[in-house]
Amino acid sequence: MKLEETKGFTIINNWMAAKERHPFLFQLQAWQQLINKQSGLINAPTGCGKTYSIFLGAIIDFINQHPDNYQTAANNGLQLLWITPLRALARDIGRAMEEVITELGMKWKMGIRNGDTSVQDRAKQKRQMPEILIITPESLHLLLAQKGNSEIFRLLKIIAVDEWHELLGSKRGVQVELAIARIVNSQMTGTNTIPSVWGISATIGNLEEAKEVLLSSLTRGHGVNGEIIKANIQKKIAVESIIPDEIEKYPWAGHLGIKLADKLIPVIQNSKTTLIFINTRGMSETWYQKMLDVYPEIAGSIALHHGSIDRELRSWIEDNLHTGNLKAVVCTASLDLGVDFRPVETVVQVGSPKGVARFLQRAGRSGHSPDAVSKIYFLPTHSLELLEAAAIKSAMAENLIESRPPMMLCYDVLLQYLNTIAIADGFSPDETYREIISTFCYQHLTKEEWAQLLHFITEGGDAMHQYDDFKKVEIVDGIYRINSRKIAMRHRMHIGTIVSTSMMKVKFLSGGYIGVIEEYFISRLAPGDVFTLAGRNLEFIMIKDMTALVKKTNSKKSIIPSWEGGRMPLSANLGKKLREALDESTVIQEGSAIELKVLQPLFELQEKISHVPKQNELLIEQIETKDGFHLFVYPFEGRLVHEAMAAILAYRISRIAPITFSFAMNDYGFELLSDQPIPVDDTNVYELFSPEDLLNDIQRSVNSTEMAKRKFRDIAVIGGLIFQGMPGEKKKARHLQSSASLLFNVFSEYDKNNLLLRQAYQEVLDQQMEEVRLRDMLERVQRSAIILTFPERLTPFCFPIKVDSMREDLSSEKLEVRVRKMQKQLED
Amino acid sequence: MQNPVPYIIRNNTFWVSPERSLFWEEENTLIIADMHLGKSGHFRKEGIAVPQSIYKADLQRLMSQLYLFKVDRLVIAGDLSHSTANKELDLFLKWRKDFSLLQIDLIKGNHDILDDSWYKEANINISTNKLTAGDFIFIHDLKQQEKLTEEEKKLYSFSGHMHPGILLKGQGRQSLRFPCFYFAKEFCILPAFSRFTGTFTVKPEKGETVFALVENAIIQLP
Repeated sequence: MKLEETKGFTIINNWMAAKERHPFLFQLQAWQQLINKQSGLINAPTGCGKTYSIFLGAIIDFINQHPDNYQTAANNGLQLLWITPLRALARDIGRAMEEVITELGMKWKMGIRNGDTSVQDRAKQKRQMPEILIITPESLHLLLAQKGNSEIFRLLKIIAVDEWHELLGSKRGVQVELAIARIVNSQMTGTNTIPSVWGISATIGNLEEAKEVLLSSLTRGHGVNGEIIKANIQKKIAVESIIPDEIEKYPWAGHLGIKLADKLIPVIQNSKTTLIFINTRGMSETWYQKMLDVYPEIAGSIALHHGSIDRELRSWIEDNLHTGNLKAVVCTASLDLGVDFRPVETVVQVGSPKGVARFLQRAGRSGHSPDAVSKIYFLPTHSLELLEAAAIKSAMAENLIESRPPMMLCYDVLLQYLNTIAIADGFSPDETYREIISTFCYQHLTKEEWAQLLHFITEGGDAMHQYDDFKKVEIVDGIYRINSRKIAMRHRMHIGTIVSTSMMKVKFLSGGYIGVIEEYFISRLAPGDVFTLAGRNLEFIMIKDMTALVKKTNSKKSIIPSWEGGRMPLSANLGKKLREALDESTVIQEGSAIELKVLQPLFELQEKISHVPKQNELLIEQIETKDGFHLFVYPFEGRLVHEAMAAILAYRISRIAPITFSFAMNDYGFELLSDQPIPVDDTNVYELFSPEDLLNDIQRSVNSTEMAKRKFRDIAVIGGLIFQGMPGEKKKARHLQSSASLLFNVFSEYDKNNLLLRQAYQEVLDQQMEEVRLRDMLERVQRSAIILTFPERLTPFCFPIKVDSMREDLSSEKLEVRVRKMQKQLED
Repeated sequence: MQNPVPYIIRNNTFWVSPERSLFWEEENTLIIADMHLGKSGHFRKEGIAVPQSIYKADLQRLMSQLYLFKVDRLVIAGDLSHSTANKELDLFLKWRKDFSLLQIDLIKGNHDILDDSWYKEANINISTNKLTAGDFIFIHDLKQQEKLTEEEKKLYSFSGHMHPGILLKGQGRQSLRFPCFYFAKEFCILPAFSRFTGTFTVKPEKGETVFALVENAIIQLP
């Protein structure tokens, strides 16, 4: 069927033309595919009609099927399932869809289902599903836990997964994979049809794989391959670095940025609305204060937005971003995603964005009119970061964007899912096994592992039968089912893969909610201590009913909470580009990046007392100070790889001679420090960086047990081993309390082969150590020249690492004085 | 497994065992606390698959301690069981029959909520709050000490409840936590006998002694 000849297309085309709008080429392509019942992936940035490419296609198809009564046909059952990672997106997308439906005079209904959906709305949806349902992965799994859920999907035409690049690479993505496999199969069983599956993704390095993961169950089960439709809308992005007046030859992290705050005043003034992205919640609080300090006139039209701020306040900020009432918003990754704020003309990135994709995503938050240029300023927090700006520019020119590797064999998510379908209508193991291995994530799940999983949910692992009461999934006539209502209810409460650290609400004594904060941070405060949250200085009074009570204070001194996590390592792509940028820095020409030009004095000093490594070189500096003997290594591979490498190197050196070290690292390199000379020289250095026997050396050197224990926390919660309690059931659950680390010890000792335990160790290798990247690096080093230098004093490269390691046990004020002194000594 | 280490209190010798028990030589008595029988069973009953072998191992450890010291009496300073009855407790009853000559005294703890009939069947003598023996007194929670009579307060007390643990700091920012015996001047807090228990970190003061249980070894601190 040719799209242009269909009635649906004519109606939609006319409706658009009336608004003086015309479909983009990629939208036409998508619509054609949709009416052909095909599946695929749409690669388009936000804000250029990606929603329409699927949604209007669904409408066109419906009109074509109901040419005479498309306006009157009501209660048609679920037609379009729209999966989105963000609750906040649902409202705006839904509203846009409803507008179209109303203007076309159709009777379609739109429903939203997520954690915020009221009980009444849920009940209404149960009686009559709307034609469009916008849903999060978690709520979709809850739907799959309902008895008779296959009826809901009987007539479903399209499953759309929005922001697939965000879900891919996370356990939520795995949930989506499982849900698609379930829906596709249940429809096949019921009506012998299958729905189309469409993903919408921003550009990532592994787009082809992204499509393969999403469509896996269609490809493996039904021979559908699908294609990628590219929007080819190249948004113009202008990057400008904010150059400090004076380049510090001895840079140190986190310090320079704040000093440049006044340079943001003209940026904010010259733009309608500016988003200022800060990497951590803690620093965003500092920046918000600082902006008010340097630019007091902006008070009232600047706001602070991060994940710990009360949701209502965040919605208020978002609404005011839409209306253009705010001049500037200091924010974190909390505003990375979501609908576009049209008034935003300029974006500022403070500090390293750690990756190309993230930088582009943030840049794309500005300049929304079709031909507008996205304007992004890069504000370095230390002078060496200017090098990153140069690296990013060249990565952008080559379109070198990071991949999102999908997660594999997540036993925890699968265990949770098996319980989910066991409380719905139960499952038969053979059929479900076939369904599960049709997903990308579980394609390599063996029969043995499957048997182990079934054993775990039915028997609770190995047990002493006559003395055991384990009862979860029961087998009746070959169907695996959960019959206990209590267990079923408890399971529903626990569906999801986002495990949050325990948070505590923060409220004013006089009433009024401010936000949430990690419990462990509050537990370290004494009454009278002052801390900053949501841009306000608050005096801690006491904890009552799981809430921290505070009052306002004018005290200037306050503690900025440090939130756990959020320390992303530098991406491999950016690391590569950084090494290339260094190459260029030695041959500055007319056309070289401005950032490299201004960094010249720093590079000259580095070259004078040590060396500036080329891209095919690895620099190692050995320096003696009164602290001891330092060994600095600069692989530019991100802090996680450096952390692992430091431990491995220390272990390998200690095999040469007994010696102990302390470590420090940043995204550029790492340091080993010892009280005796470190025996590394030309004769052994290649051997020390050998990729041979890597896995064994990792196990011997890195405390992988401790790391696995940390990973096990999330796995145990997702896998259903940790009971978090139900509202109103606090007391009864007391005897069920245990901690992840206790369970980790118990399983390690009494059930070593437990799949969840194995998963924890695998996740350490894959994510914590980035084993693949570590190996790549060592292989690269073998092909490179290793340059050993013996500088007489600290170099510009090692300075930030050294200062970072001092930070850990010193208060920042004292540190400031010490660093100043060091800087002065070195520069004289 | 390391041999037990003697510790003298008021001219009596108590042998500290790495298996989380204390052998009182003069009275030929084994002292333990916080056995939490049936804890894994309680979890399992609710659908949380904790390996049951931990329970079997706890019982076997107790048995080996009884054989090792050839005691006449077992004193349990509270929390023998974890919650309401479940099948795991039946195994204990069966086990109890094999040690029918052993006298067992339980000072009830907050978790000991089983029916009196169960203790009767298990042939266990129950004391509600305290049990005295010579210069010594057994209670479950150290806090109960306040409620003792003036005379009783002069006695050296043994208690459980807290599940004491000690934090040992290594180089860098490493630290590890181990269960421990905590001997103060006037009282001793025993580690939880069950290995399916967490720990509460104690900070001993000067003049107090801690025995950290590091895998199979006992490390005396300071």
